[in-house]
Amino acid sequence: MNLNSAFTQSMSAPTAAPTAESAPVQQHALWLPALRFSLVGLVFCGALYSGGVTLLNQLLFPVQSNGSLIQATDGKVLGSVLVAQPFSAERYFHGRPSAVNSDPMNTAGSNLAPSNPALRERVAAESSRLAAVYQVNPESLPLDLLASSGSGVDPHISPAAAQLQVERVAKARGCATTTVTALVAQQTQAPQWGVLGEPRVAVLPLNLALDQACPVQAP
Amino acid sequence: MDVMLILLAAGLLSWPLGRYMTAVFAGAPHWSDKVFLRPELLMLRLFGVDGRAGMNWRQYGLAFVAANLLLGIIAYVLLLCQHLLPLNPDNVGPLSWDLALHTAVSFLTNTNQQHYSGQLQLSFFSQSVVLVTLQFLTPAMGLALALAVLRGMTGGLNSATAKAGEPRNLGNFYQDSLRAFTRVLLPLSVVLALLLGSQGVPSNYQAATEAVLLEAPQSAEQAHSQKIPQGPVAAMVAIKQLGTNGGGWYGPNSTNPLENPTPLSNALETIALVLVPMAMLWMMGGMLSRTASVNAAAASQAGLTAQTGLTPRAGQGFARMSFAVMAVLSLCFVAAAVYSEMQPNAAFAGLGASGGNLEGKEVRFGTDLSALWSTLTTQTSNGSVNAMHDSLNPLAGLISRAGMLINAIWGGIGCGLINFIVYIWLSVFIAGLMIGRTPEMFGRKLEKTELSWLGLLLVLPSAVILILTAITLSVPEWTANSNPGLHGISQVFYEYTSAFANNGSGFEGLGDNTPWWNLSTVLALLLGRYLPLLIPLIIAGRLAQKQVTPPGAASLPLQSLTFGVTVVVVILLLNFLSFLPSMVLGPIGEALVDLR
Repeated sequence: MNLNSAFTQSMSAPTAAPTAESAPVQQHALWLPALRFSLVGLVFCGALYSGGVTLLNQLLFPVQSNGSLIQATDGKVLGSVLVAQPFSAERYFHGRPSAVNSDPMNTAGSNLAPSNPALRERVAAESSRLAAVYQVNPESLPLDLLASSGSGVDPHISPAAAQLQVERVAKARGCATTTVTALVAQQTQAPQWGVLGEPRVAVLPLNLALDQACPVQAP
Repeated sequence: MDVMLILLAAGLLSWPLGRYMTAVFAGAPHWSDKVFLRPELLMLRLFGVDGRAGMNWRQYGLAFVAANLLLGIIAYVLLLCQHLLPLNPDNVGPLSWDLALHTAVSFLTNTNQQHYSGQLQLSFFSQSVVLVTLQFLTPAMGLALALAVLRGMTGGLNSATAKAGEPRNLGNFYQDSLRAFTRVLLPLSVVLALLLGSQGVPSNYQAATEAVLLEAPQSAEQAHSQKIPQGPVAAMVAIKQLGTNGGGWYGPNSTNPLENPTPLSNALETIALVLVPMAMLWMMGGMLSRTASVNAAAASQAGLTAQTGLTPRAGQGFARMSFAVMAVLSLCFVAAAVYSEMQPNAAFAGLGASGGNLEGKEVRFGTDLSALWSTLTTQTSNGSVNAMHDSLNPLAGLISRAGMLINAIWGGIGCGLINFIVYIWLSVFIAGLMIGRTPEMFGRKLEKTELSWLGLLLVLPSAVILILTAITLSVPEWTANSNPGLHGISQVFYEYTSAFANNGSGFEGLGDNTPWWNLSTVLALLLGRYLPLLIPLIIAGRLAQKQVTPPGAASLPLQSLTFGVTVVVVILLLNFLSFLPSMVLGPIGEALVDLR
C-alpha cells in the first residue's frame, strides 16, 4: 500500500534520516487542531464507540444487556437477578442490611468507619434482634447478616445466612424443611470456575422459587 | 488463591501488550496498520494535523495544554446543558455550576472523582458521550506525554543526527494521542465491554425499569415497587477500568451488582485496572532498546562510536528493574491489605461469628477480592471501587492512601510512568551524592535547573494536600463529615489526596457536593494533573539537548539490584517523611483507638 508506506516511513524518524517535514522547527497551529481534536473525539468515543458497543451487546446478549430482568409469564417485571429487594416477612428469606433500603436508584453503603460508634450501635441492635429471633448465641450469627453491603442492593447472602433462615421460613409456610433446604441448595452458586469469588445464595430467585414450590396465601 | 491468579494473569497479559505498544509507537510499519491506518489518516485530516510533523518539547506541551483546555470547556458546557440535550429518558435535571465544573475537571484530569451520584444526577448523554470521551482521551494524552518524556530522555527522535543544543523532535502530540486511542484503548475496551455484557452489565438506552416488589410493603409510606436503572453501562465500565479513570455509571461504582455482576466480571475488571500501566513498562524497555540500537547503527554508519549512555541491554534491564520495583511494592501492599480485611471489624467484636470485615463489601467478592481491588485501584490512580473504602479496617485504609501518595506503583496511564521516572531522577541524584558523582541518566547530566524543577515536584504534593486539608478542617461547617474523630480527619485528607493524585476514589461518607468541596478539589485536581506531567516534560526536553557522556566505570548501572533497592527506599522514605504526621492523625491513630 503506497499510502501506508509513505506515511509510516516518515513516522519512523529514527531509522530514516529526518526529512525536512519531521524536523521540529516548523510552526504548529495551536487552537484549531485542539478544537477539532476535541470535537472529533466526542463523535468517535461518545457516539460511535458507546453506541456501537451497546448495539453489539444488545445483539449478542439481549437478556443480560437489559438488566437481567426476571419476568412473569404475563411479561410483568418481577425484579432483576442482580438487584436485591427488601424482605422482612416471616415467609421469605431476608437479604443483607442495606443503608438505602435496597433502592437501586439510590445505591450506597453505610460509609461508617470501624471506629464509628454509630456502626457499633447499629450492629449491636441487629445482633441482639437476630439472636432472639433464631434463638442462637450472637457469636454464631453470619457476618453478612450484620454488615451492610457496599452497594445497598447486594442480591446475595452467604450459604450460612440462608441455612440460619431455613427453619423459620419452612415454619411460616407450613412446608417441609427438606423442601426449603433443597431449594436453597438449588439457588446456591459455588465460586465461579471453582476459584473466583465466594459461594452465595441469590435471595430474590430463591423467594420466587419458594412461592412456586410451596405457595402461601398472602396475609 | 484467586488473588494470585488475577495478579498472575495481569502480569502475563501485560508482556505481549507492551511489545505490541512498542511496535505501534515506534512508527515503523506494523501489521496493525492494515486495520487502523486509514481511519487514523481520516481522523488526522479532521483534526487538521500532519501526523508526521515533529514537535519539540515546548510545542508538545502547548498542544497538550490547548487540547485539554478546549476539551474541558466543551465538556463543562455540555454538562451544564444536559437537561436540554437528547438521551435523557429519566428526565434528569441540570447540574449546579460548581458541580458541573468539578465533574468536567475531574474527568479531564483522568481522576473521575465523583461528587454526583451517577444514576440520579447525570443524563445518558452526559455519561455515555461526554464522560466516556474524556475517559478515552485523557489516558491517551497521558500516554502521549509519557512517550515524549521517554523520547526526550534519550535525545529525541532525531538524536542520531542532531547536534548538541539543536531542537529535538519528541514526536507529534496528536499522532501519539490518536494511536493510543485507536490502537490500544479502543480495541481493548471493545473486547472488555462485550465480556462484561455477557456477565450482565446493562447495555441499552432505556429509561429505568419499574419492578413491583415481591413482598407487599407493611405500611403505606413504603415503596411498593423499585426502579432498576438502565443505560449504556458496559461501554463506560470497560474504558473506566482500562483507562485508569475510575468513574463508574452508578453511585457506588463497581460495588453495584449491575456494574460488576459476577466474580468473573470482577476478575476481568481487576485485570483491566493494572493491564495498561503494567504494559507501559515493557513498552518503555522496548522503546529504550530500540532507540539505543538505532543510535548505534547511525553512529557506526558515520564511522563514530555510539554517542549514548544507553545500550539495548541496559534499556531492557532498566524496564525489568522498574517492573520489579513496582511489583515488589505492589505485592507487599496487596498482602497487607488482604491481611487487614481478614481481621474482624472492630465494631463487630462479640456481636457475630468470627471472620473478616464485611461492612461495605459484597458477598460475591468477599474480603480478599475487595482488598485486592482497593490496593490496585489506589496504586494505579484508577479510583474505581468494589467495596466502600470508608469502612475498610485502618491498615487497608492506610495502604490505600499510601498507594495514592506514592502514585507511581503502576500508576495512571502515562502519569504513573512519568512519576516513576521522577523518582528515578531523585534516586539518581541521591545515589550520586552518596558516591560523589554528578547525577546522570543514560549519559545525560541532571544539573542545577533540572534539580530545581525536581525540588518543586517534591514539595508539591505535601503543600497542596496538607494546606487544603488544614484549611478545610479549620472550618467545621465545610468538612461535612459522616464519621466523628480521627476518621473524620482521614475523610478530608483522603479526599484531597485522591484529588491531587488524580485517583478519584473516596471515603464516600463525605458530603462533598458543596461549593467549597467542589472548588477546592478542582484546585487540587488541576495542580495534581498538569504540574506533575509538564514539569518532567520540561526536564526531559532539557536533557534531550545535552551533550552525552559515554558511560564509564564510575557510572551507576540503572538495571542493577542495588539501584532497584535504592529506588524502593527513596520512594518509601520521601513519602514517609512528607506524610507521617497526617498518617498518625488518621489511620494509625484509628488503629490505636480500636486496639484500646
